[in-house]
Amino acid sequence: MRLIAWTCTLFYVFVASAQAEVAVKIGYLRQMVERPPVLSNLDPVPDDLGIAGAQVGLADNQTTGGFLGHDYTFEIVDVPVGDDVLAAARDVLSGTRLMIVDAPATDLLRIADLPEAQGAILFNVAAAETVLRDADCRANVLHTLPSDAMRADALMQFLVKKRWTRLAMISGAHEEDTALADTFRASAEKYGLNIAAEKAWNFDADMRRNAAQEVPAFTQDLGDHDVLLVADARDDYGRYIPYNTWLARPVAGTEGIVPAAWSPVVEQWGAAQLQSRFADHAHRAMRPRDYAAWAAMRTLGEAVTRTGAAAPDILRNYILSDAFELAGFKGRAMSFRAWNGQLRQPIPLSTPRALVAQAPLEGFLHQRNELDSLGLDQPESQCAAYGG
Amino acid sequence: MKTSLILLNLLLATPVVAEEIWVTNEKDDTISVIDVATLEVTRTIPTGERPRGITFSHDFSRVYICASDSDAVQVMDPNTGEILNDLPSGEDPEQFVLHPDDRHLYIANEDDAVTTVVDVETRQVVAQINVGIEPEGMAVSPDGSTVIATSETTNMAHWINTETNEIFANTLVESRPRHAEFTHDGAALWVSSEIGGTISVFDTQTQAELADITFEVQGVHPDRVQPVGFEFTEDGKTVFVALGPSNHVAVVNAETYEVEDYILVGRRVWHMAFSADKSLLFTTNGVSGDVTVIDVARREAVKSIKVGRFPWGAALRP
Repeated sequence: MRLIAWTCTLFYVFVASAQAEVAVKIGYLRQMVERPPVLSNLDPVPDDLGIAGAQVGLADNQTTGGFLGHDYTFEIVDVPVGDDVLAAARDVLSGTRLMIVDAPATDLLRIADLPEAQGAILFNVAAAETVLRDADCRANVLHTLPSDAMRADALMQFLVKKRWTRLAMISGAHEEDTALADTFRASAEKYGLNIAAEKAWNFDADMRRNAAQEVPAFTQDLGDHDVLLVADARDDYGRYIPYNTWLARPVAGTEGIVPAAWSPVVEQWGAAQLQSRFADHAHRAMRPRDYAAWAAMRTLGEAVTRTGAAAPDILRNYILSDAFELAGFKGRAMSFRAWNGQLRQPIPLSTPRALVAQAPLEGFLHQRNELDSLGLDQPESQCAAYGG
Repeated sequence: MKTSLILLNLLLATPVVAEEIWVTNEKDDTISVIDVATLEVTRTIPTGERPRGITFSHDFSRVYICASDSDAVQVMDPNTGEILNDLPSGEDPEQFVLHPDDRHLYIANEDDAVTTVVDVETRQVVAQINVGIEPEGMAVSPDGSTVIATSETTNMAHWINTETNEIFANTLVESRPRHAEFTHDGAALWVSSEIGGTISVFDTQTQAELADITFEVQGVHPDRVQPVGFEFTEDGKTVFVALGPSNHVAVVNAETYEVEDYILVGRRVWHMAFSADKSLLFTTNGVSGDVTVIDVARREAVKSIKVGRFPWGAALRP
C-alpha cells in the first residue's frame, strides 16, 4: 500500500514537472559594425538598437509562459569589429537552436551556411537586402525585417494613390545608396511610375552650413516632377533636402515620407501600448530594427505557446503554416511567406510627426493576401531553399 | 445673463428622467448623452483623460468611468455630471466589470498586466491579480463566482475565482482578444479575438472550446473583419458583434453559432448598448465619431448620431 502511494506520488511529480519543462533559450548574436561618419550629430545610433526590442518581446513571452509553464531565457553575444563572427555564432548555436542575428548580409549568409546552423532557426533583423529573400535565401533564415523591395513598394503604392506619378530622384554615391536607388527604380516600374530625372549626390561640403545655397541649384535642372525621391541609405545628407529644393515639392524615400517597418508615430491598432512598453524599458523611441527583433521574439513565443514545443523543426513547421498569425500592432495579422521566410507585414509611411498612410493601401489587391502586394511575390522569387 | 445662468444651473440640477445612452469619447475627454426618445445628444459632460470603459451602479445612482490616462476610475453623479470621487484603479484602467454584488469592480490595467479589484464603498484595492500582457476584456458570471480577464498580447482568457481572487484556469484564444461575455445562464463564455477574426465559445464548467465563429463580410478583406464588442439580446438567442474596421455589425444565432446578417454601421465600430426595451442598439464608431442606431427587430441601421471624437464605450441609463 505504501509502495503504491509512493509510486503515485512519483508519477504525479513527474507529470507536473514535465508540463513545466518547456525551456526555450534564445540567442542574440550581434556583429558590431563600423559606422561611416555622417554630417549631422543629431541622431546617434542607440547602443541597444535591436536588443531592446528583443528584450520587450522576451518579457511579453515570459508573462505568457508563466501561465503555461514555458520558461524563456535569453543570451546576448556581441562580436566586436574584426572579431570572428563565425566562432561566436558556433558558440551560441552550441547552446541553442534559436538565434536572432543582427549582422550585415554577408555575415548572415556565412553564419546560415555553418554546419552548426543547419536545422536551427535564425532570424534576420538587420539586413534589408532583397536578395536574401530571393536567390540568396536560406531555409534556416526567417526575416522579420521587411526587405528594401517591400518598403519601396509601400511608398510607390502611396504615390500611385496620390497620383504623384512624375518622379525625380537623388541618390548618394555609396554602394548601399546605389542599391537603394535600383530598388526604387524597379518598384517605380512595377507600379507604372516614371522616374524622369536622376542626379547623384556627391558633395563633400558640410551641408549644415550651405544647404540653402547648394540644394536649390542642385535640384534646379531636375525638371518638373510631383515628388522628389531621396535614396540616402546612410542617413547622411537627406535631412538637408526638404524645403531647400528648387521647386516646392514633397520629399519621400529615406527622407520626408519614409516607409519603414516601424516608426515612433505609429499609435493606432493598440500600438500605443507597445510604444509605451518599449519606452519604459529602453527610455527611447522604438526603431525598425527594434521592431524586427521584437517580432522575432514574439514569433517564437507565439509558436511555443501554440505548439507547446521548443524543438526548432516543430516551431519552424508551425511558423510557416497557415495556422500561424502574429498580432504586430499594425492592424492586420502578420504571417510568414512560406516560399522565402519573409514576415508579411503592413508598412507604415510616416513623417517624423505623424503616420501619413499605411501600405498595403486600399485598392492594391492580391489573389492570396493583400500584404503580398509588397515586395517579392512567389512567382518572381528565385528562392529555392524553401522547396518552392 | 445672470438669470440664464441660474436657469442653466437649475436645469442641470434637475434629475433627468429620460432614458439615455451614455457614450465615452476617448479623444475628447467627454461623455455624450443620447436621449433614446429623440435620438439626439442632449448634453456633453467632461471626464478625466481618455475615458473608455463605462458602467452604472445597479440603482443607476452612480456611473463609473475608466479615465485611462488619469490612472483613475471616476465615480460620477449622473444627475449632475459631478465627479464624486476617484477610485484607486491601478495604472491605465481600460475596461472593467461590476460584480453582481454591486460593490466590487474588476478593472483591466492595460499597461500593467494586472487586474485590480476595488471595493467601491471603502474605495480600497482589495486585490491585484497578475494576468497576461495588455488585459482588456472583462466579464463576470451571472452567479458572481467567476471573473474573466482577457489579455491582448498573451492571447488568453484568465479565469479568476472571485472568492480567492486567484486564477484557476487559463485558456488560449486567437490573436488579440478584446471582449468577453457570459451567456445569461452562465453556461458558456464568449470571447472575441480582433486579429484572429473570431469569437470563441467556451464551456464554463470545463473551459473546453465549444465553437469558433468566423465572419465574412462581402467586399471587405478578411484582415479588416475584426470582432470587438458584442452583446446578447434579452432572450439570449442572438448576439450582435461589432466588427471593427469592417464597419459592420454581425448578427449571430447564439444556438447554432451561425452568422445570420451583417449590418453596415459607422467606421471602426467598437462597443454597443441596448435601449431598455431592447428594441434599439447603439454602436460606437470610433473613426467616424458617431453612434449608429440599429433597429433590432428589423436588423437595420436607422440613424447616425454625431458624438465626440473616438467614441469607445456605451452604457444604458434607463
